Amino acid sequence: MNEAPLLRVERLSRHFPARGLLGWRIGDVRALDGVWFKVAPGETLGIVGESGCGKSTLGKTLAGIHRPDAGRIVFEGEDIAGRSASERGAVAPKLQYCYQDPGNSLDPRWTIRRSLNEPLIVHTALGAGDRDARIRDILQQVGLPPTHLDLYPHELSGGQQRRVGLARILTLHPRLVVLDEPTSGLDVSVQAAVLKLLRRLQQAFSLTYLFISHDLSVVRMMCDRVAVMYLGRIVEIASTEALFAGAKHPYTQSLLSAIPAIGGRRVTDTFALAGEPPDPVQLPSGCRFRTRCPRAAAMCAQTDPALRPIAGGQSAACLFA
Amino acid sequence: MTAAPDILRKLLRDPAAAAGLAIVLLLVAVALLAPLLATHPEAVWDMNPHQRLLPPSEAYLFGTDRMGADIYSRVLFGARITLTIAMVAVGAALLIGVPIGLVSGWRQSWLGETLMRVSDIFLAVPQIILAIAIAQTLGPSIENVILALSATYWPWFTRLVHAEVRSLKNETFIEAAIALGVPAWRIILLHVLPNVTSPIIVRTSIGMGFTILTASALGFLGLGAPPPAPEWGRMISDSREFLPEAWWYALAPGLAIFVVVMGFNLLGDGLRDILDPRIRRAGTGR
Amino acid sequence: MPVPGDNLLEVENLRVSFGTEHGTAKVLDGVNLNIRPSEIMGLVGESGCGKSTLANAILGILADNARHQSGSIRFAGKDLLAMAQRRVESEVRGRSITFIPQDPFGSFNPLFPIGTQAMEVMKWKSPRRVAREKPGIAGLFSRYPRARRRADAAAVLQMLRTVQIARPEAAFGKLPHELSGGQRQRLMIALALLPQPQLVIADEPTTALDATIQMQILKLLKRLAKEREVSVLFTTHDLGIAYEICDRITVLYAGQEVETAPVDDFFRRPHHPYTVRLLESLPQPGRELREIGGQIPVLVDPPAGCRFHPRCSRATEQCRAERPAVTALGGGHHVRCYHPITGTGHP
Repeated sequence: MNEAPLLRVERLSRHFPARGLLGWRIGDVRALDGVWFKVAPGETLGIVGESGCGKSTLGKTLAGIHRPDAGRIVFEGEDIAGRSASERGAVAPKLQYCYQDPGNSLDPRWTIRRSLNEPLIVHTALGAGDRDARIRDILQQVGLPPTHLDLYPHELSGGQQRRVGLARILTLHPRLVVLDEPTSGLDVSVQAAVLKLLRRLQQAFSLTYLFISHDLSVVRMMCDRVAVMYLGRIVEIASTEALFAGAKHPYTQSLLSAIPAIGGRRVTDTFALAGEPPDPVQLPSGCRFRTRCPRAAAMCAQTDPALRPIAGGQSAACLFA
Repeated sequence: MTAAPDILRKLLRDPAAAAGLAIVLLLVAVALLAPLLATHPEAVWDMNPHQRLLPPSEAYLFGTDRMGADIYSRVLFGARITLTIAMVAVGAALLIGVPIGLVSGWRQSWLGETLMRVSDIFLAVPQIILAIAIAQTLGPSIENVILALSATYWPWFTRLVHAEVRSLKNETFIEAAIALGVPAWRIILLHVLPNVTSPIIVRTSIGMGFTILTASALGFLGLGAPPPAPEWGRMISDSREFLPEAWWYALAPGLAIFVVVMGFNLLGDGLRDILDPRIRRAGTGR
Repeated sequence: MPVPGDNLLEVENLRVSFGTEHGTAKVLDGVNLNIRPSEIMGLVGESGCGKSTLANAILGILADNARHQSGSIRFAGKDLLAMAQRRVESEVRGRSITFIPQDPFGSFNPLFPIGTQAMEVMKWKSPRRVAREKPGIAGLFSRYPRARRRADAAAVLQMLRTVQIARPEAAFGKLPHELSGGQRQRLMIALALLPQPQLVIADEPTTALDATIQMQILKLLKRLAKEREVSVLFTTHDLGIAYEICDRITVLYAGQEVETAPVDDFFRRPHHPYTVRLLESLPQPGRELREIGGQIPVLVDPPAGCRFHPRCSRATEQCRAERPAVTALGGGHHVRCYHPITGTGHP
C-alpha cells in the first residue's frame, strides 16, 4: 500500500513539570517521550496501554487540546503540531477528538439542535437550511429521531447523549477521529452496541480511527493495527493478527497474558508479571521496562532501545526482539 | 431562558423569598406611581411653615417634617431616588466588573493578574471614605454617590466571575468546545457567560440591598442629593435635632430603608437557593 | 436443593426496595444466594442489577431509605436480620464478614498513616480481642492492652508481607495517597483478612485497576482465600474475571437471580437466555458482535414476573404472569426460567 499516510507523528513529546514540596520543580513527567507512528487512510489504529502510559495525552495532543513540547504532527501533509484547534484553520474539522463519554461534551444548557449547529457555524459557511439538513442526516445515521433536537442533554439517556456527542463530531465530516476509551466502564451489552455503531459510522463516513483503549479484547475486534504504549513511548506496533499471534516485546507479551480466556487456561495460575510501573519522574536508565522485565539483562540498563522494524511491518523497542 | 417561569414558581413556594419579591415589586411600583399614591404630591418640594412637625394624622399619614411637608409623600418620592441610585450603581458595577472577571478568569496572563490586584485595591477602600472624598472634591450630589458606590462595588462581581470562569474551564464541555476549534470569544460569550449568570443575579440582588443601605448612610452624612430632595437618609439626618419629641420624623424613612433592604436580601437568598444547585443538577442530569 | 447446614451464607427470597423521589425502586426481588464454606462465589450482573445492594444488605449497611420487605439472610446458622444491631456490629461486620470495596481510596482517611488506620481496625476487630472489651460510648476509652497491641502489630506486618507490599515497615507510616491503586487494594485485602473472617465480600475490587495489576490482585486473592479457607462473595460485571477465580457463579438481572452454576458448567452450558446473550456479547475474534436489544428495566416500575421477559425472544404469557421457580438441573446447576436453552449455547 503506497498511499501517503493520513497522519504521521514524529518524535512527539510532552512533559509536565513535577512539583514537590513548596512547588519546587523536582523533575518532569514525560507523558509523551518521543512517539513515532503513521496512520493510513481508512484504517483503525489501536493505541493500548495501562494508566500512565500516555495514550490519553497522545489523543489530546493530536487534537490540539495540549501543546507538544517537541515533534511533528503531519496531517494530510501539513505539520499542525503546536497549533491549538482554533489555530488549525481548515484542518481543524478534519481531525476530531471524541471523549470517553461524549455526552459530557455537550453544554448542559444548550438544546441538542444548538449543540449540533455550533461546529457548522464555526467552521463552515452553510446557511441555516443546509445546516439543518446535515444535522438531520447525521442524527439519522447515529440512530436518533429528529424530535430529540429540541431536548436538553439531561433529558436523554446516557446512551443517547453518547450518540449526540458522536453526531456533533460527525457534522464536520472529519477524516480522522480520535476515540478516547469509547467503551471504558460500559456493560458488555452496551459495549457491543457502541462498537457496532462505530463500525457503521466508519463505513458511512469513510472515517479513519485512532482507537485508544486499555481493553485488548475490544481492540482486537476493532483495529487493523495496534500500537502498545508504555510510559510515554510506543514499545511495539504491528498488525492485529501479528501482535496477537506473536508479540515481540516482553511488555506486550505480559499484557496479552493478562487477558482472561474463557474456556481456556486460567491466567491467574500462570501470570508472571510482578511489580508496578516505576515512578514516572524517575525513569530507570536504559530501557524503561527493565525493572519488571523477565528477560532484562545488564545491557538493558545501558541502552534505551528505539522502535525498530522486525519483520512484516512489525516493530518493537527491545534489544531481544 | 426557559427556566424563568420555573424559577418564579419555585420562588413563590418559599415564603421568605416570595415576601422579598413582593417588597421589591412594591418598591418599583411606588417609585413609578409616586405622583398617584402621594397624598400631597405638590407639597413634597414646598415649604409650609404652618404645618411644621405635626404628628401622624388622617391628612398626614406619617406627620410632617420641619418644612411642613408631608413625610409620607416625601418617602414615596424618595423611593425614586433610592431605586435610581441602586440600579445605576449596581448596574455600572456589573458592567465594569463582569467583563474584567471574564478576561482575567479565562487565561492566566499578566493582564489578568494585574486586573485582579487592581480589584483587590478597590475592595480595600471603604465606600464611605471614598464617597466623602469625592463629595469634598466634586460636591455633594446623587451622581457622585453613584460614582462612589459603583467604583467600590465592581470588584465583587469580578471576583465572583473570575472564580466561576476558572472552575468552568475544567468542565468537559468547555474543553470539548476548545477541541472543536470554537474561538475563545465565542466560548466565553455563549458557553461561559450563561453559566455565570446565576451567581451574578444573586449577587446583584444582594448588592442592591447593600447599596441602598450605604447610599442611605451617605445621605445621612449629607453627601447625597442636596435638600429639598426627599432622600431617605437625609430625612433621617434632618430628624435628629427634633427627636425624641417628633418621633414620627425618622420612623417613615427608617422603616422604608429597613423594609427595602430586607426585601432585596430575602429575594437574593431565595434566588441563590433556587438558581445554583437546581440548575447545576438539572443541567448535568446526573 | 442444598441441605440446610451445608451453607455458610444463605440468602433466601430477599426483597429490598428503596424509596426515591420517583417512587419505590424494587431493587432486589426475591433473591436466593448460597455460599458454601471455602468457596469463591461470583455474583455477575450489569450495572443496576443489584449486586452492590445485595452485598450491602448482607453486611447490614443499606442506606436509610432502604426497606427490607421480606426474606432472610442466614450466616453460619444465625439469622442476621433478626440479630441485635450491636451484635452484628461487633461480631459479624468487619469480623466474620469483611468487605473489600471497589474504590479503596475512598475507604481511607486521607489524614492518617495507613499503619494507624490498620491498628485502629485491629483494636476492634482483632481475632485476639476478648468479647469482654465493650463497644459503645464507653468504648471510646476502652483499653487496648499492650500485649495484644504488639501481637496485632506483628500480625499486620506479616499480612502486609503476605499481600506483597514492599517494605511493610516503611509502608506503615505512609499516607493513603502515597500508595498506588494496586497497593491500596492489596492493603484492603490485608485489612479484610486480618480479622480472620469466614466470608469476604469483594465488590468489584479490580474494576479500577490496570489489566496487569488486576491479574496480580486476583491471583493473590484467590491464593489467600484458598489457603485460609475463607469464602469470598465476588461481585463483578466482567465475565472473564469471574471465569478466572470463581468456583461458582450466580447471574443477577434487575434484582432477580436467574442462574447459578459451577464455573466450568456455567460457561460451557449456560441455560438462561440472559446468560446466553451475555456470553454472546463478549468480544471474540472472528465472531460477529451481538448486542442484547432493549434496555435494563426501570426499577420503580419493573416488568411483572420474570424481569427479562421484555427482551427475551423465548418469552411467553407464563413468563409475564409469574416469576419462574428454581429448577435444579443437576450438578449444582440451577436456573429460573420456563424456557431454558438446552444443548451447548456457547462454544
